[in-house]
Amino acid sequence: MTQLDNPTASTSATATAGAPGSRHDDTSPAKRGQNPTKIKDSRGQTIFLIVNVVILIGVVLATLIPFVNVIAKAFSSASAINAGRVTFWPVGFNLTTFQQIAGDPAFWGYYRNTVMYTVLGTLISLFMTATYAYAISKKELVGKSFFTGLAVFTMFFAGGLIPNYILIQKLGLMNTIWAVLLPSAIAVFNLLVMKSFFEGFPTELEEAARVDGLKTYGVFFRIVVPLSKAVLATMTLFYAVAYWNSWFPASLYLTKADNLRPVTIYLRNLMQSNFGNEAAAGQSPDMMVQINANIKSVAIILTMLPILCVYPFVQRYFVSGVMLGAVKS
Amino acid sequence: MAQVATPALAAGVTLPKGTKTLKDGSLRLPSGYWLRDDGTIGHARLKTRRERIVEDWQLYTFLILPVAFFLIFKYVPMLGNIIAFREYRLGDGYFGHGALSLKWFERFIQQDMFWTVFTNNLIIGLVSFAVCFPLPIVLALLLNEIKWSKFKRFVQTVSYMPHFLSVVVVVAIIWEMGTSTGIINTVIRFFNPDAVAVMSDPNAARPVYWISEIWQTTGWGTILYLAALTTIDDQLYEASRIDGAGRWRQTWHITLPGIRHTIVVLFTLNIGTFLAVGFEKLLLIIQNGTYLAQANVISTYVYQVGLASPSSYALGAAIGLFEAVIGLTLVLSVNALSRRLVGSSLW
Repeated sequence: MTQLDNPTASTSATATAGAPGSRHDDTSPAKRGQNPTKIKDSRGQTIFLIVNVVILIGVVLATLIPFVNVIAKAFSSASAINAGRVTFWPVGFNLTTFQQIAGDPAFWGYYRNTVMYTVLGTLISLFMTATYAYAISKKELVGKSFFTGLAVFTMFFAGGLIPNYILIQKLGLMNTIWAVLLPSAIAVFNLLVMKSFFEGFPTELEEAARVDGLKTYGVFFRIVVPLSKAVLATMTLFYAVAYWNSWFPASLYLTKADNLRPVTIYLRNLMQSNFGNEAAAGQSPDMMVQINANIKSVAIILTMLPILCVYPFVQRYFVSGVMLGAVKS
Repeated sequence: MAQVATPALAAGVTLPKGTKTLKDGSLRLPSGYWLRDDGTIGHARLKTRRERIVEDWQLYTFLILPVAFFLIFKYVPMLGNIIAFREYRLGDGYFGHGALSLKWFERFIQQDMFWTVFTNNLIIGLVSFAVCFPLPIVLALLLNEIKWSKFKRFVQTVSYMPHFLSVVVVVAIIWEMGTSTGIINTVIRFFNPDAVAVMSDPNAARPVYWISEIWQTTGWGTILYLAALTTIDDQLYEASRIDGAGRWRQTWHITLPGIRHTIVVLFTLNIGTFLAVGFEKLLLIIQNGTYLAQANVISTYVYQVGLASPSSYALGAAIGLFEAVIGLTLVLSVNALSRRLVGSSLW
């Protein structure tokens, strides 16, 4: 082999002459002694695999420890918490604070508001995003690039906090649910995800429907929407999570509307030092100590619980949404 | 082009009023039919814009609400920034009053506080980027080596989870872990009994932010890399194995080049926005007064100047506009740079 190669190598430049020669030098011993290399390779592989699994288990633990710690605290007694003895398992198991919050109509008022914002906001957002995405996905739309650009530009330049705030004031939306629902009606990322999905929608189906006499409304609501369940599910989840987690618009615009605040604001207020005392007011001293010790942990759990319960089952929709968005960029 | 229509004109045909010459030189009659340059009549109607809109008006109604949304809630506030150049008093119209001037800009540039939050912003943003950008790549590479798909999926599911939490929940969890009796201090005190509680240590402000960002973004950030990794041809690995390449060489010469494009795109996207640090999270973090000095950034400063009392809308708007313009400039220049250097840009 080497002899055969040499004539060709000598005719070519010196730099390339080395490459084929050395390659064959490498492979020939490997071919001769295939077994030793394989064993050596697999041993290195095993060590690597073990290290890798250990690292990944470390990642899993690092991710879970904060959750586990908060859950343990939520079920622990005040004395154990205040002595710093709670780590991963409840110490002095009790449900006092859970019972206290569960029996507090104010808390459920906040919770009901969060549900309302999530449902209403998701419906509004879904409708606005889907219809606009459908329109700007059509090649025949007059001004298609203008309407797309109108949305995309807002990703790179935004009016800013103060002008937004004054706008909500001037529109008379302060202390109404619309201050929370309207300014975030369309997320441009989601819009582009839907647009790229609709662009890939088979035109034959729509044309057939048009031949059968359907107009755009009919085509969209009776043909396109039923066949876009996957992307609509993804969008629903993206929006629902965003509304569930939202707190800043509420804190900014619902300053005088206690009865409209979402549960995230309840939790935010708990984090401010003396709010816990208020929640525990009127209770026996023991109970006040207990509630003060873990009311935040309990509220954290109750706030994130719905998302954590649903999340494992719908995870793939989130992932597919990210992928669709990536195709776009 | 003019001679194109001559067959019809030369034949002495009187063209009806309203006939138009189209871009390709053919004539369009008001009836909607069109006359080709060879004199034949087109059967298909070539519609005008207005006809296309009228015919498919339902499609255009889809635009009304969203366009109104963008104009009112996105573009009007952009124009609202004019108050950064004027005066704004309660009771003024949306665009304030007074002559245009740069006095608000001059004012904040002279503030020491502004430069403090500016520096904080730079440090917090740069370190966040430097840490949060590479970690998902590393995690994706590690996950990619796992062939046991149940374990792989388990790690993915768990590591994505923090991404779905509200910032309020995340910061509340930090507080619960960071108090003097919390788990973090239990661990720290094990090594150093005299240590200050995390929440009482002003120097902990930025690390708290960075670590919580790592916790929230690393797992979720692997998705696109994992997707790119699946597109790499297995034959490349087999060929390299025959050539005697070890695992490291395979990673270096096949895997990394295979996801190079994804890395470049995400790098461009993220470095352009490194100044836009997590406003909502930092706003909650600085509720702990101990952290204010080191974790106050431009956007949270805008909030304090503009909306906490006593407030100055105009000054707040000026600082906010300054940040937005810098952000836009950064994104555009990074994009231009990446187009020149690596030949791939976002648009």
